Amino acid sequence: MRITDERERRPPEHIFPPSATVLCVIAILCINAVAVLHEERFLSKIGWGVDQSVGGFGDEPGIKVQLMNLIRSVRTVMRVPLIGVNSVCIVLLLLFG
Amino acid sequence: MDYTAAQSGFRQQHNMRLRNSSVDRPDGSQLFDDTSAAVPGPEGAYRNQQAGPQAEGLPGHSFLSDPMSNLAVAYGSSLASQGREMVDKNLDRFIPISKLKYYFAVDTVYVGKKLGILVFPYMHKNWEVNYQQDIPVAPRFDVNAPDLYIPTMGFITYILVAGLALGTQNRFSPELLGVQASSALVWLIMEVLAVLLSLYLVTVNTDLTTIDLLAFSGYKYVGMIVGIVAGLLFGRPAYYLSLLWCCAAIFVFMIRTLRLKLLSEAAAEGKLVRGTRNQLRMYLTMSIAAAQPIFMYWLTYHLIR
Repeated sequence: MRITDERERRPPEHIFPPSATVLCVIAILCINAVAVLHEERFLSKIGWGVDQSVGGFGDEPGIKVQLMNLIRSVRTVMRVPLIGVNSVCIVLLLLFG
Repeated sequence: MDYTAAQSGFRQQHNMRLRNSSVDRPDGSQLFDDTSAAVPGPEGAYRNQQAGPQAEGLPGHSFLSDPMSNLAVAYGSSLASQGREMVDKNLDRFIPISKLKYYFAVDTVYVGKKLGILVFPYMHKNWEVNYQQDIPVAPRFDVNAPDLYIPTMGFITYILVAGLALGTQNRFSPELLGVQASSALVWLIMEVLAVLLSLYLVTVNTDLTTIDLLAFSGYKYVGMIVGIVAGLLFGRPAYYLSLLWCCAAIFVFMIRTLRLKLLSEAAAEGKLVRGTRNQLRMYLTMSIAAAQPIFMYWLTYHLIR
């Protein structure tokens, strides 16, 4: 009985924090997720379209406006490089698992 | 025969022949003759072999007296210097080398004091960075200035100590060192990117540069190393105790450092300033500081048995 208690108390041997490759894949997936948000069909429907962001002219843009601008800029900038990055990622995952 | 062998450039054979010919000479002092004459090729080349690869300075080498080779050497060296200039110019565009030099301008006294503050920040009174005509003072002259020396050394030491810890549990293999290194590096980059993202979202006007954030995120390696070494020497309870101490120390350090940079003047002095903006900034400072202990635990607990 004592031996099983000892083994349960220790963390399992194979637990390492996610490696660098896994982290890069996570980052690529997140950027993909931001890039596929559609302006008309989705963002405007929930009030996150960029045409709805021109608000007050004070010094406070606010988090929501910043987020909307960020999403729009990520979509504009990352569309084309994501094609290449995704292709490379797919090929590497196919080859090396 | 000697000359053609020399000019063909096959040095070993040339050398053998030189040694034989020097033994054959009755007067050994001929080896140290004046080499300004172009004719005595073998002696000049032999001295070149002795003195090392300084082909340009010594005249009278048979394979350099040829004007074509001279041209080739001059062209090669000009190409090399051009290439070096181009690399320097392009590298300076991506990685600001001159700015990086500021972060490595440290000395022993600074490193000692900074390490002390990182482990025991409770006695340090003045946390402000001194400026000198709008330029922050080099770390050598100001303990509060961020530097990159401690984070770099801490990172490398962390990888080595991780290898040591894995080795004591018979889990070590050389690939694991590379895996640990790249994993820790990518975690660091992700953390810096997350902090940059949150700083952008909260629209903080601050003079914190990316390299500053990299330096602050790198300071936690000191606490991690202390924790792992304590765990290796004295077992799991010592690991938990020392990690707890270092986590608290890094938390206080980060809060006191970031408070001056992120919050407005009044709030930084400790007065309660109402308003959503300052509240948001306070939450941001708290979350950045709270992320450090989490990462410290996350990156070390798999090393301690």
